Amino acid sequence: MILGIDVGGTHTDSVLMQNGKILRKSKVMTDKSDLLKSVMNATQAVTTPEDIKQLRRIVLSTTMTTNAVAQHQLDPVGLIVMSGPGVAHGELPLHDQAKFVKGYMNHRGVEAEGVDEDEILALKQEFAKQGVKHFGVVGKFSTRSPAHEKAVQALLDDHAGHVTMGHQLSGELSFPRRISTAYLNEAVWRLHSQMADQLQSYLKQLGTAVPLYILKADGGTIDVEASRHYPVQTILSGPAATIMGVLPYVPTSHDSVSIDVGGTTTDIALFADGAPLLEPKGVQIEEHKTLIRGLLTHSIAIGGDSHVRVENGQLLIGPERKGSAMAFDGPVPTPTDAMIVLGLANIGNKEKAIAAIESVARDFGKTTEETAQAIMDLACETIAAKVRSMIAEVNAKPVYTIHEMLEGKVLGPSDAIVVGGPAPYMAAQIGKLLKMNPIVPGDSDVINASGAAMARTTVELTLMADTEERLMSVAEEGVLTDIPRGFTMDDLIEIGREKLENVARIAGAPEEDIEIEVADSQSFNVIRGTATTGKNFRVRLQIKPGLSKQAGKHAAN
Amino acid sequence: MKKKTGLVFFPAFDYAISPTHPEREERLLYTQDQVNEEGLLDFDNIFEFKPDLCTPEDINRVHFCVPGIDELVHASHLISVGGTLTAADKVMTKEVDNAFALVRPCGHHSMRVVHGTRGFCTLNMEAIMVEYIREKYGESHGIKKIAIVDTDCHHGDGSQDIFWHDPNTLFISMHQDGRTLYPGSGFPDELGGPNAFGTTINLPMPPNTCEEGFLYVLDEIVMPILADFKPDLIINSAGQDNHYSDPITNMKFTAHGYAVLNDRLKPDIAVLEGGYSIESALPYINTGIILAMAGRDYSQIREPDYDAEDQIQDPRITDYLKRLKEVTFNHWENREALRSQVYPDQSFHTRENSIYYDTAGIRESQVETVRTCSDCGGAVTIESRNESRPKRPIFAVQIPRFCCDACRDWAEEQYAAADKYTYEQVFLQDKDNDLYLEK
Ligand SMILES: [Zn+2]
Ligand SMILES: [Zn+2]
Repeated sequence: MILGIDVGGTHTDSVLMQNGKILRKSKVMTDKSDLLKSVMNATQAVTTPEDIKQLRRIVLSTTMTTNAVAQHQLDPVGLIVMSGPGVAHGELPLHDQAKFVKGYMNHRGVEAEGVDEDEILALKQEFAKQGVKHFGVVGKFSTRSPAHEKAVQALLDDHAGHVTMGHQLSGELSFPRRISTAYLNEAVWRLHSQMADQLQSYLKQLGTAVPLYILKADGGTIDVEASRHYPVQTILSGPAATIMGVLPYVPTSHDSVSIDVGGTTTDIALFADGAPLLEPKGVQIEEHKTLIRGLLTHSIAIGGDSHVRVENGQLLIGPERKGSAMAFDGPVPTPTDAMIVLGLANIGNKEKAIAAIESVARDFGKTTEETAQAIMDLACETIAAKVRSMIAEVNAKPVYTIHEMLEGKVLGPSDAIVVGGPAPYMAAQIGKLLKMNPIVPGDSDVINASGAAMARTTVELTLMADTEERLMSVAEEGVLTDIPRGFTMDDLIEIGREKLENVARIAGAPEEDIEIEVADSQSFNVIRGTATTGKNFRVRLQIKPGLSKQAGKHAAN
Repeated sequence: MKKKTGLVFFPAFDYAISPTHPEREERLLYTQDQVNEEGLLDFDNIFEFKPDLCTPEDINRVHFCVPGIDELVHASHLISVGGTLTAADKVMTKEVDNAFALVRPCGHHSMRVVHGTRGFCTLNMEAIMVEYIREKYGESHGIKKIAIVDTDCHHGDGSQDIFWHDPNTLFISMHQDGRTLYPGSGFPDELGGPNAFGTTINLPMPPNTCEEGFLYVLDEIVMPILADFKPDLIINSAGQDNHYSDPITNMKFTAHGYAVLNDRLKPDIAVLEGGYSIESALPYINTGIILAMAGRDYSQIREPDYDAEDQIQDPRITDYLKRLKEVTFNHWENREALRSQVYPDQSFHTRENSIYYDTAGIRESQVETVRTCSDCGGAVTIESRNESRPKRPIFAVQIPRFCCDACRDWAEEQYAAADKYTYEQVFLQDKDNDLYLEK
């Protein structure tokens, strides 16, 4: 059995699952002041003490760190940045709080300017006076050589509460994003640690030692203890939970799209042969563009509770939500009211829904029935248009080889999985507009909790080898080691595979879920004059987002 | 001021002329690393676009490919040229204010007639783009006069050949003196054909010219002439092999200098040409150019091995450039009078060209005839022979854009009269009607 819990702003949902089926589900109110209590209530609502003994895993999805960022409840961070020449400091994120110091690496990870110890020690004193306990240390191209970040970290070490080094969070290139990501990791560090402590006492109270995971933005899970080092990865896990909940219904033989119609917004995600697409660079939260791997979602401000009105003869839906539908005593007409009038939805108070649409019909100059249909058509067409533009955008993404240019994959979804409250009433029409087969999963009211429950642990590793310099690097681990003569791409992949298996175990992956794939591999010649003097290999390995084998067999797969 | 800048980036990681050739797979690898690490594409005014493929029609507006496109052109060329057309589209439709096609392989050594690859170039990207813009947007957007400023270290002899008779295209090439570098041409007295005299301008600079010298030539010669010509569009044929670290040239330009140059020149479209210092120069130059075009702060652009001492310019170079300015303005201001000295009053002018294709190892000999005309750029015929093949020559007839009736009649007669017994192939390129015929 597995237990999934989704702690949302209003409700905490939970599901108890076995062999891919939901045994029990529940919705309880979230107690914002007491996470432990909310999680415990949600657990007890679906489990008996006997069930607890049979649990193989518990997975939690929470918006706590996300909310902390949104509400600016962030701890002060001592941000030390080694920029070197390039984009001007004033153009970098957080430049007004960053301390720019000497030292930088070039694009091959060769030191171009050393770190000035005295400068760092002076800064350390300054931070001590201000009582700063959290530090982000970020260097340009630190994924190519972490030596400078490590040197600064060592100098800060005895004093620091905690130091995040940029290279630890991602192997991808983007100095500005590395700055933001390291900053956020420290800014939510204390909050996340407190949560991890609470979850440990939750396990104690349950009297079990079952693995406990937290959901990340990429739809993967991480052991709660391991998550203490990378709290930033749990930011924006909300949309990921839904996508993972949809995944059992996503066919693996072709492409599909998922459409989550909420009260205010509709979120769209894409799947290539069953695998959810990732954000190309990393997720953005508020103004912070990060290197956090996340699932690609596009949102549009239209939902079941969007404000419907007529302006200058024009029918308008959203972007605002003023409250629930009038059929549920809300203040203004909504698409939900229209669906009730059309007889698609048999919910709420029908008289009130009719009155709501009648008021729109008067301004619109059509019958109530026609107006309800027009609202429904506009809502579905708006969502369908957004789906089309997202697919077009993905297919217009630049590629960098002739092969991909001429023979690259073109995404062409043929199934639309529609979830959310209004899903059953809108799926058919949206499917028709998109010429896709509509699918409406059951139990979509607790889809975030079931998505979290079934998600597997994800990890990734970025490796590079330079046979001229006889060096290889593992970006996220800050490792730079010698390699022998005759080192090949296969050698690099093999070393990476072993390392990543370890990383996966530390992150809490059960052995059966450790399926490592080569996400990317490139080989280039290093030339001096007219002679080939070496090779430059670049490899990215991953366990990609997917369903854990522990979740058992699934409906559509 | 901030500008919306489009970037068409196509590094062609799976294309090389040969494994150790300067034009090889990883030429833009470190540039891509630097652009990604600097986070340039996260700026709200910089946008990346996927290149389109160029079509045979696009190529046929400029070149005569012998024996044909299929035999000469590789997919990489269709993408790199296509990328410049994408850049042009984004600018012409005002999706962006300016655009940089960071694509390879390069193109400015390719001439009208193409028998193979020379100077690493097969198709002339800027020329194909110019004719594409004129065909697609010329009338609707009022684009007639276009200036190409070729800032590659090598003389842009291909572009010069293509626009030699076009009075509506101002071609200015800044390059290392041809006595010291391939292709060995590009001297101040190469000024254009009889109907377009003066709109070809060559600015050869001595080896070791520094940032100071480049910016002197830009500010004192190029910019005033541009102000005088008043182009509707400015294109930077943006080679990066003037850099002090370039392995195949001898100049001392800098990454910061390239940024300043683009900031002042303000090209509508920049197209990458040469540049082979793939680790020490290209990453920094391209970062600088992108920032400058986008109107962002490039003041902190500097190579790790930049040496301020080495940038102190030999006074003899400074003196030479002052004389170059005098000579150039003498030509520019007196071009009407000089024309009659260089091209005596006669109905046709003929020149013989011998063209070497270093990359392909071909020697081509040409006889080019232009009809003297005061109403248009003049119709042109070219008889061209690939000396390394025991075949008959080809005959190409070119009807220029904005062609007058007299020139058109003459050109059509020439095409009709050329017979297949004398010539291997006979071509007609009619720019006004966007037509390309072969017999
Ligand atoms: Zn060149
Ligand atoms: Zn004429």
